[in-house]
Amino acid sequence: MSVFRNVVFIAAISGLLAGVILAALQTYATVPLILKAETYENAGGHEHAAAPAAGTEATAPTAGTEATAPAAQVAAPAEEEVEAWAPADGFERFAYSALANIVSGVAFALILVAASEFAGGIANWRQGVFWGFAGFAVFTLAPGLGLPPELPAMPAADLGARQVWWTFTVVATAAGLALIAFRQSLPLAILGVALIVAPHIIGAPQPASHDSPIPADLHHNFVVAVTITNLVFWVVLGAFAGFMRNRFMGEQAPALHGRLA
Amino acid sequence: MNTVSAIGADVSSQSRTMQLALAALLGLFVVGFLGFSHMEVVHNAAHDYRHSMAFPCH
Repeated sequence: MSVFRNVVFIAAISGLLAGVILAALQTYATVPLILKAETYENAGGHEHAAAPAAGTEATAPTAGTEATAPAAQVAAPAEEEVEAWAPADGFERFAYSALANIVSGVAFALILVAASEFAGGIANWRQGVFWGFAGFAVFTLAPGLGLPPELPAMPAADLGARQVWWTFTVVATAAGLALIAFRQSLPLAILGVALIVAPHIIGAPQPASHDSPIPADLHHNFVVAVTITNLVFWVVLGAFAGFMRNRFMGEQAPALHGRLA
Repeated sequence: MNTVSAIGADVSSQSRTMQLALAALLGLFVVGFLGFSHMEVVHNAAHDYRHSMAFPCH
């Protein structure tokens, strides 16, 4: 299991560092906007949360059961104090967000490092930057085109449908980029572009109405903040994974890059 | 079929593929749990993270 151990080692250290940086960036760039949006969400309490759902049903009478699903999703946050545990505002909430960032940093690093090993491995930090851009394109840019980052209280389509579209888009974009980058073949490159485009032709699930209590400029700032913080996260993650691999694993994987050859 | 003929380089490359796939699956599982789990407690704990990573939420 030496390959697995080495991948986990590189991923753990680079993911930890990138996750800490992401947590810091989110604390200053995105979380204040989420808290601001929650003031709009909480302003009307239950009635406010129920209003967009009622509008959804009114504008889409044929949707039937599908229209009630988002209504349940919208209503859930208002009842979370009585229904399920949630971290207290302040340090506890920050701590759980930071923990989620660091754990997911390591998890994304595992995916990135394992995927890059199939393609010969990340030779150095500069190659890592490009792998990071690829991760950003796959996990942030492509799904974000159809499903822009949402703030609390914003209307959205059925959660399950959005998660399916998100997953499909990530897989198709990753496969498309891999075909373009690692197969020297024009037909496969064209297929790769088609795979990247396909999810956006199908289209992401959208809410029946985009009417939202959230001001447009607040949402715009949030989209920019999420996109840029994720870009920094992925570039740091890729660069550090490449640096770590070059520094510590070079001798154990001599065939994968030319440094020792 | 492959147990008899592929003992040398093929076995190690097969094992390498398995280990890489295992690492990638572990990462996908954790990302899926953090970002996609419908459990209310997981959602609440990772709420700000989910919004900030643009995962479908609520």
